[in-house]
Amino acid sequence: MFEIVTNLEWKPFILSFELSLITACVLFILMLPLAWWLSQTKSKFKPIVEAITALPIVLPPSVLGFYILMALSQNSPLGKFFYEVFDVSLVFSFTGLIIASVFYSMPFMVQPLQNGFESLNKNMLEASYISGKGKIETIFRVALPNMKPALMTALIVTFAHTVGEFGVVLMVGGSIPEETKVASVAIYEFVEVMDYTQAHIYSAIMVLISFATLLGVYIFNRRQNEKLGLL
Amino acid sequence: MIEIDIKKKLHGMNGEMELSVNLHIQEGEFIALAGESGSGKTTLLRILAGLESAEGSISVNKEIWQSSSFSLPVQKRGIGLVFQDYALFNNMSVIENLLYVQKDKELANKLLELTELTELRDRIPSRLSGGQKQRVALCRALMNRPKLLLMDEPLSALDPLMRTKLQNEILTLHKEFGTTTIMVSHDPSEIYRLASGMVLLNLGKVVDEGSPKDLLLKTSGSQKFSLQGELLDIVKYDVIYVAIVSIGQQLVEVVISKQEADGLVIGQSVRVSTKAFNPILRT
Repeated sequence: MFEIVTNLEWKPFILSFELSLITACVLFILMLPLAWWLSQTKSKFKPIVEAITALPIVLPPSVLGFYILMALSQNSPLGKFFYEVFDVSLVFSFTGLIIASVFYSMPFMVQPLQNGFESLNKNMLEASYISGKGKIETIFRVALPNMKPALMTALIVTFAHTVGEFGVVLMVGGSIPEETKVASVAIYEFVEVMDYTQAHIYSAIMVLISFATLLGVYIFNRRQNEKLGLL
Repeated sequence: MIEIDIKKKLHGMNGEMELSVNLHIQEGEFIALAGESGSGKTTLLRILAGLESAEGSISVNKEIWQSSSFSLPVQKRGIGLVFQDYALFNNMSVIENLLYVQKDKELANKLLELTELTELRDRIPSRLSGGQKQRVALCRALMNRPKLLLMDEPLSALDPLMRTKLQNEILTLHKEFGTTTIMVSHDPSEIYRLASGMVLLNLGKVVDEGSPKDLLLKTSGSQKFSLQGELLDIVKYDVIYVAIVSIGQQLVEVVISKQEADGLVIGQSVRVSTKAFNPILRT
């Protein structure tokens, strides 16, 4: 047993976590303004934007993977541009995986942030404007610190959802060892070649890490709510 | 001098109505804004604060806050606003709430001292009582030394004892800083104690304007008690009728005739009047 664990190939896990971490950071930076806009706007375009950002929840990963593959391949203008100018291939590469994951996990960042912003006391935000503070200062010093549970949920669930993605990474990334072969894909391959021992170990590790992460989030949220007097 | 001349269409509970207000307020005055709910009081405050748009013009001490083509952003108006629900920054301690507005420690400490909050300066809002929270909100509103202080029913969520205490503190702060103030209030004793002027709104229009004494003491000089109350019940005892009326926090019984009883509906607003030549005042 000990031998199996020490001989374990850890690279797929490391890739999974690298991918998830980068995806969560990129999505946070990109989606913070969008979530804020959605929470404050009265525009008639709001439902359209909301529907588009929620699409990845309902679409089969293969559909999403297919379109991303088409959009990023070297036959497309975008893929060609990146290949010719930066010498980067966007499909079957780690960069391509990040782009695909950003689309795939987008709703898990937007929705908790939007809900968090919407649940804030409007008067509190107005009190900040009245104090002479602009929107950006209000977001970072008043809004976000008062919605730490939502913030935590957005970041962790996006992270966890990216760790758990399978269809999209398989289609866009393939399964190149040390490059795009993440943990979920590795398990699939173990099962395919009927190496159930390795599949078991990988799966058990995924279950443990996922459970520990989610438990951490819920404990954190409970403490925060107690501190803010919400419980 | 604050000159307000604004118009705005409102979609209220009573259907569509137009808020149309033309007011002149002298510097240093304390104006109470009264009127039934839905008469546009809060909207007027929000327009003054720059949180809502309207047509017309607002100028404060010759500075234009709003004209037909221009509206000064809320951040630049230099006002203080006290919300009914306090709206404190829950992630900051009392002193941090104050310093967020302006990094002026001297002023913050002075305000906390005046409102007896010095000992609570490091507490977070969730560990404060309602009255304490509202005092913090009041201090915070004064931190940028506002040209205009707006208060939207600041004391309505508090019990009567705490109200009286806070009314005194508002008075102290008003004397200390001389800030021109507009306060929405329903409470006649509060208005009488605090305000130097009073504006009565009804369905978006100013229907009365003057000193609280003239507007509130409706039987001024006639040596009468005249109390507004709600008719709760009419009880028949043999041949007489007794009306039970709620006045302020108290219930009183008044004997009425059959004709009077027939003309009244329970739940109606009624006025109880009597001659008051030699009433006895006891503490």
